[in-house]
Amino acid sequence: MSEIIPKIAQIPDLSALFPDKVHQDTRLGYQGYIVEREHLLEVVRLLRDEYGYDYLSSVTGVDYLPEGKMEVVYHLYKTLGGPALVLKVQTPREDARVPSLVPLYRGAEFQEREAWDLLGIRFEGHPDLRRILMWEGFAGFPLRKDWREPYFEEEAKPYKSRWPEGFVFRAEDRNPFGDNVQYPPGFDPESWTPEDDEAIYRALKRVEDQDDLHAETLVVNLGPQHPSTHGVFRMVVSLVEETILDLKPVMGYLHRNHEKIGERNTFLQNMPFTDRLDYICSMSNNFGYALAVEKLMGIKPPERAEYIRVMMAELTRFLNHIFAIGFLLNDLGAYFTPALYAIEERELILDIFEAVSGSRMMCNYFRFGGVARDVSDDILEKVRRLVNDRLPRKVDEMDEFLTKNEIVRERCEGVGILTAEQAIANSASGPVLRASGVPYDVRRADPYSIYDRLEFDVAVRYHGDIYDRYLIRLDEMRQSLRILQQVLRDIPEGPIMSGKPQYQVRVPPGEAYGRVEGPKGELGFYVVSNGKPNPWRYHVRAPSFINLTSLVDMARGNKVADVVAILGSIDIVLGEVDR
Amino acid sequence: MNDSKDITSPGYEIPPELRHQVTITTLERIYNWGRANSLWPMMFGLACCAIEMIATAASRYDLARFGMEVMRPSPRQSDVLIISGTVTKKMVPQIVRLYNQMAEPRYVIAMGACASGGGPFKEGYNVVSGIDKFIPVDVYIPGCPPTPQALLNGLIALQKKIERQSLRDLPWYQKGPSEPIPVPVLGPDLMDPRKYALIREVTHRQTPQESQGENAHE
Repeated sequence: MSEIIPKIAQIPDLSALFPDKVHQDTRLGYQGYIVEREHLLEVVRLLRDEYGYDYLSSVTGVDYLPEGKMEVVYHLYKTLGGPALVLKVQTPREDARVPSLVPLYRGAEFQEREAWDLLGIRFEGHPDLRRILMWEGFAGFPLRKDWREPYFEEEAKPYKSRWPEGFVFRAEDRNPFGDNVQYPPGFDPESWTPEDDEAIYRALKRVEDQDDLHAETLVVNLGPQHPSTHGVFRMVVSLVEETILDLKPVMGYLHRNHEKIGERNTFLQNMPFTDRLDYICSMSNNFGYALAVEKLMGIKPPERAEYIRVMMAELTRFLNHIFAIGFLLNDLGAYFTPALYAIEERELILDIFEAVSGSRMMCNYFRFGGVARDVSDDILEKVRRLVNDRLPRKVDEMDEFLTKNEIVRERCEGVGILTAEQAIANSASGPVLRASGVPYDVRRADPYSIYDRLEFDVAVRYHGDIYDRYLIRLDEMRQSLRILQQVLRDIPEGPIMSGKPQYQVRVPPGEAYGRVEGPKGELGFYVVSNGKPNPWRYHVRAPSFINLTSLVDMARGNKVADVVAILGSIDIVLGEVDR
Repeated sequence: MNDSKDITSPGYEIPPELRHQVTITTLERIYNWGRANSLWPMMFGLACCAIEMIATAASRYDLARFGMEVMRPSPRQSDVLIISGTVTKKMVPQIVRLYNQMAEPRYVIAMGACASGGGPFKEGYNVVSGIDKFIPVDVYIPGCPPTPQALLNGLIALQKKIERQSLRDLPWYQKGPSEPIPVPVLGPDLMDPRKYALIREVTHRQTPQESQGENAHE
C-alpha cells in the first residue's frame, strides 16, 4: 500500500515527532511517553487536532515519594476506537505544578481539581481550582504518601495487630482525641473562621445589576439533603427568574477515601471495596478492577469464567438501566410507581446475584484470574428463564407505558441538550455520550474479555436530550438481553479460575489501566504496583463523576424545575462520584 | 407490636357485657401504640444502605405493612431519621442540623456498619466512626448493607422500644425546650464544639516535632 495513511488513523511515534520534548517511558512495566511539562499543551494540542485523540479519559496523579516526584498520568483515546495513548508529566514534589488541560478538554476540570485536592498538584491555567472532595481549609493533601490519617496504624495491610498476633484494639483508644481527627500543633479552635461556601458562590456566574431590567441573580442550593439528588449531592445554581444561568455541582459528601484505603489494602482486599463504589452495579466494578490487576499480572481467566463474567456484567447493566429509568420517572414526578415496576425486576436479578455470591448488593464475586464460585445449572436455568421470557416482556412493557406518554415527552424532549462536541470535550461516557450521537462503547472500541466474539449493536441516539438518554437505556437493555442470550447458549464447561485461588497475589511492578463499559459509562482503574503486596497507587476513573462535568452544559438555559430531571437522566451514583 | 391484648388490659376487670364494645386502656399505652404504628421515616439516603432502604419500601418487602410507608423528605414532618450509609465529616454538620430540625419525639436508626461505627471505611480520613458520636441512636442494625429483612427487624425493634416508653420520663414531654445539639464545624479537621477544650489542650501540648499529625499544612 503506497497510499498515505491519514494522520487520524496512525498511532504517532511521539519521541520521533518531538525529539527533545518527549521521550519513551522506559521504566519496567510502564508504557507511554513522558512529556516535559513546558511542552505538554503543545504536544496534546497536536495529538488532539491532527491525530484524532479527542477523548481524554483519565487524569490522575501519582506520588513517587522515594524519587521525590509527582507524576500526572493522562490517558487519551480516539472516539474512533483503538488503544490508549498514555502521557505523563513529572514535577518535583515540593513545587508540584503542571499546566492545566482544561482549555483543550473540559473533561479534565473535575479530575484536575481532584488531583489538586488529594495530592496537592497545582494545575496552572485551571479556571476554578478549588478543593472538590474535601472542604476548603482541610489540612494537608491526603493521598500524598507521607500524609497519615488520624487512625494511621501501619503503612500497609495486613496490620500486625490483626495478624499474626491477632491483638485488635479500637483505633479511638489510640488517638489523643478519642476520635477520627487530628489538628496542626498549637491549633486553637476558637480562632478558626469557617470558610463556608463563599468560594462556590464567587465562582458562580451572575448577571450584573442593570438599572433598566432589574436583572437580579438568585442563588439556590439544591441538596445535599434533597429527595431528587440521588444521594448526598448538592447543586448550587444561579437563576435569572427561573432560568438557569450557571450551575456548580458540589460533591464530597460521601467521600469515603477509597483510594487512600485502597493503597493500604492488599490487592485482593480491594475487591470488596470496589463493590461499594457504584453500589447498584457491584459486578461491573469488580470486572474493571479485576481486568486492571490481571493486565499487570499477565494472566487470563479461563473460558467459563469469561462467560460468567460477561453474564454478570450484562445482568448488572440491565438492572442498573431499569432502575435508572424508574428513578428518572420519579424525578419527573411520577412518584414511585414506575420505580416499583423497576425494582420488581431488579429483585429477581438480585436473587441470582445472591445465589452465586452470597450477597444481594455487595457481590465481591470476581477474583484475579476468574470468579469466586461456579454457577450451578439450576441458576443458569433461572437466568435463562429470565432472559428469554420475563425480562424482554418487561422492557416492552416499560416501553409501552412510558415512551409515548405525553407528560414524559413534554418534559423530556428538547430539554437538557448536550451536543456531540460538548459530550466528547467533557469526556462524557456511557449512555450520556451515546445519546448525544457518539457511538463510542468500550466493549466495541477497545474490546475486553469475550466481547469481540459477541454480536450486539452499539446503541446510539442523536438528540442528546433527556428523552434520548431515556431511550438509549431501553435500547441498551435490549442489547444486553441479546448478549445474555448468546452467553447462555455458548457457555462452556470447565474451570472457573486459572491457577489456584490465593489470598495474596504476586503482582509484578508496573502500571495498568483497566477499563470496562460500565452501565454508567467508562469505568477505569489505574493501578501502579511496585512489586509489594499492596498497590502503590490505586485510582478509579468514575464515570458518574466525570459525566457530571456535562451537567452545566445540559442545564444552562433551562428552567430550574428541569434540572432535577436532567440530573436523573445522567444517572449518577454518589458512591462513585465521591468515592 | 399490634399486641392488642397488651393495650386493652388496663389491669382491672371490664364487665363482660362491655368487653366487645368498650376498650379501656391507659393514656400511655394508647399514645405509644399510636406513635409506634405511624412512624414516618425521613427520606434521606446517604450511601449503599439507602438502596436497600428503597428496596424495603418497595412492593416485595413493603414497609407499609408496619405503618411506616410515609417517607418525608422534610425533617419537620418525620419521626425517624434512618442514617443509611457512611457518615462523612463533610456531611455530618448537615446531619446534625437535620436532626435538630426534626420535631420531637424523634428517633434515630443507625442502619449498617458504617453508620453504627465506621464500618469498612472506618480508617478513612473523611469518615466519622459512627453517627452516635454526634446524635443519640435508638437502634443499631448490623450488616453491610443490612438486608431489607434486617431493616424491618430494626424498625420493629424501634416500635417495641416506643411501646415501652413512659410519658413521664421522656425528655420531650418535660417542661421547657430541649437543647439543640451543637453543629460540628469544618476546620483543618472536623471540630465538635463540645470538645474545644480538649482540642486546645492536646494541640498545645504537641510541639511540631513530636506531633504525629506531621506534614504539609497549607
